[in-house]
Formats: sequence, structure tokens, C-alpha cells
Amino acid sequence: MRSLISITDLTTEEIDRLMDTAEDIIRQPEKYSQVCRGKKLATLFFEPSTRTRLSFEAAMYDLGGNVLSVSNGASSSAAKGESVADTARTVSCYADIIAMRHPKEGAPYVASLNATVPVINAGDGGHNHPTQTLADLLTIRREKGRFEDLTVGFCGDLKFGRTVHSLLSAMARYPGVKFVLISPEELKVPSYVKKDLLANSHIPYVQTTDMEQVMPELDILYMTRVQRERFFNEEDYLRLKDSYILTPRKLVNAKSDLTIMHPLPRVNEISVAVDSDPRAAYFKQVLNGKFIRMALIKMLLEEATK
Amino acid sequence: MNIDSITNGIVIDHITAGRAMRLYELLGLEELECSVAILKNVVSRKKGKKDIIKIDAEIPLNFDAIGYVDPTATVNIIRAGHVVEKRIIGKPETLVNTLRCKNPRCITSVEQELDHIFRLTDPDKGIYRCVYCETKAN
Repeated sequence: MRSLISITDLTTEEIDRLMDTAEDIIRQPEKYSQVCRGKKLATLFFEPSTRTRLSFEAAMYDLGGNVLSVSNGASSSAAKGESVADTARTVSCYADIIAMRHPKEGAPYVASLNATVPVINAGDGGHNHPTQTLADLLTIRREKGRFEDLTVGFCGDLKFGRTVHSLLSAMARYPGVKFVLISPEELKVPSYVKKDLLANSHIPYVQTTDMEQVMPELDILYMTRVQRERFFNEEDYLRLKDSYILTPRKLVNAKSDLTIMHPLPRVNEISVAVDSDPRAAYFKQVLNGKFIRMALIKMLLEEATK
Repeated sequence: MNIDSITNGIVIDHITAGRAMRLYELLGLEELECSVAILKNVVSRKKGKKDIIKIDAEIPLNFDAIGYVDPTATVNIIRAGHVVEKRIIGKPETLVNTLRCKNPRCITSVEQELDHIFRLTDPDKGIYRCVYCETKAN
């Protein structure tokens, strides 16, 4: 049974096909409005999330399917001590496909080993969040028309930011890509990511603490939030949370066709004054997230019935 | 220094010097009732120095643990004073319940029934990662 646990589960060709399907859905949504008729998606969210769960549910409804939802782990059987494996086996009896978010890394993988239906990882702690990466890639393709020959800046929490690690891994597959990693010293990209991914792939990258200095080079600026839930120590969180705040003034020297992205939710790292800038693409990312999840659900359900 | 040769048992030979104690620990040899000898820094023609472990009984061995600690180590099975089998282990592709994942955010930290599985992700550097959270084995 094919599941999606990490972005690396998909080949470059499969990602391209998903992008093509998503763009076709955008062009002619009516063609896809009944493709999942009679199918049920179970959204099992054991960690707070609004947008990802709603995005999956909206995607399934727009495909003509139905949704079964667990939005609060505290009210589920997991709170009684049921294992992820048993939950996956049980829910497989009710649903045709599962989207799971869980605070523990690897939980959706365990679910995929035990479920009899496809499992989509909707975020496992600080580890993987492949559908966010697909949404990011679709946004880049729609804004830039390509993945190759782009200078991509990542800014903020590059240590715990799972969306950053996944997007780095996905973009590293394309030729001519260069990364600019902007973060405070304490939140730099972990050395294993640099060694295993960037050094092994011979991808050029620079690390800096100065956002404004590198701004003119960037084709894409990917902002991230410093996440309170990833810190064991509240003091560290409070010290680092306001490290980088993007304002119109900091964009003065940016390219006119820069694309500003953010996985959302934001706290204060992008000033609301930037929202009206035509280069701001973070709300488009949200919409693209729904379209790419539609394409993914369709693909996995088709493969499951083969 | 004399260590009696064994009649029936196991000799793990050609262990890279310094790794015998790690192997002793991973194989759970401290729980054995029989004699176990650890020889450290023995002169070796091939390696200069090597470690050796001698176990005075033929016990079931976790060969994956041996391959993980030192893929160049050899395992000799001794019966009636003769080597009846000699194995070179090599690097195992997967380690099941040989190591424990130390990442407190890993699903294995809360679900006790799960096997702790590590996979060889970089054969050249001998790097193993947890299959659940991808944390590198120490």
C-alpha cells in the first residue's frame, strides 16, 4: 500500500505529475468534483492544527468525497493508551485514506506499516511535513514557472523548522539551485542536514545572520516562525522569537520579482504591511496546499485500487 | 599474558582495537554465566593492534551487533578445540533491537512495543539512522 511519509518517497517525475494534476484542477475544478465520490478520508490530528486539517478536509470535499475527523488527540482512544498501530488498523476499517498529524516523529510511518489504506503524513513533530513541501513547490512553480536556477533564501528557525528541511531536500534535486540560510547562530540548519544533503549533493549555499545584506540576491524568500512547541526551554524561545521580522523597509533592495513565502501561521515575523506587496505569496501557498492535497489524495486512492 | 584456549565456544577476532567493550555491552555478555575473556591491544599483523573476545560456550550471537560495531571482525565457532566455522560479518543493512533510539521526540520513546530499527543509510561512512525519526545512531 502506497503512503506518503516523506517528500523523498516521491520521485521527481511523480512530483511533476502531481504539480500537473494540481494545475489542471485549478483550471477545471468541475472535472475533478466527483472523482472521490463514495470515498472517505480520516483526518487523525493528535496535535493542534487548523489549516492543515481544514485543507485536507476541503480537498476531500472538493473531490466529492467525505471526511471522518479526529481533531483533538485528548478526546481520542490514544488518550486511553491505544497504540498508533492499533489506531491505524481500526481506522482502516472505516476510511479509504488517512491523513495523520502526531507530535511524535515517525508516528505516521508506524501507522503506514499497520494500516490497510494509504496514510499521508500531515506533520510528525519537527520531522516531516511532505504536503506542506508539495504546497511550497506548487507555489514556486506557479510563481516562477520553474524549479531550476533559483536562489532560495530561508529565514528564521532553520534548526527545528521541518518545512525548511523538507523544502531544502526537495529543491536540492534541481540544477542551478543555490541556498541562502539566514538565521541566528542558535537556530542554524543542523550539521547533519548540511553534511548529508547539501555537501553530498554539491549544492552551493551560504549561511548568514544578516537578512538585508543578502536580500538583493534572492529569487525566493522563505520565512519561518520560531515555534514555541519545539523548545524545551521557554527562556530560549523568548530570546529568539523576534530575531527576524520582515518589513517593507527590509524589502527595499529586493528583486522586483521576489516571491515571499511562509508556511503559516505567522506570529509577527512578517509585518502585516507586507501583505499588500504583490511579491507576498503566502496566502497563495494556502490555496495551493488544498489543490496539491487534492492531487495527492486522488493519486494515492487510484494507486490503492489498482 | 596467557588466556586458555577454548574447547567449545566462540572467538570474535580481528576487532578494531578499542571496540571490544562496546561489543561486550551490545552483545549482553555481562549476563553470561560462562567465562568471557576480553583481550585488548593484541599485536596484529594486519591491523597493528586488535581486540579479541573469547566466550567459553557456544551461545546465540547477535551478528548484526558485531557487524555494526566492526564489520571487519570475524567470528570463529570452536568445537572440540577446532575452528569449525569462520564468518566475516560485514555491515548489516538493518539493525533490529540492537540499538535504542535516544531521540525523546521519536515515537519509540512512548510506544514500548515498537521494535527499535536502524537502517544503514550511508554505507561508506557506516551511518545508521532510526527508521522512524531518522536520528543518527551514536
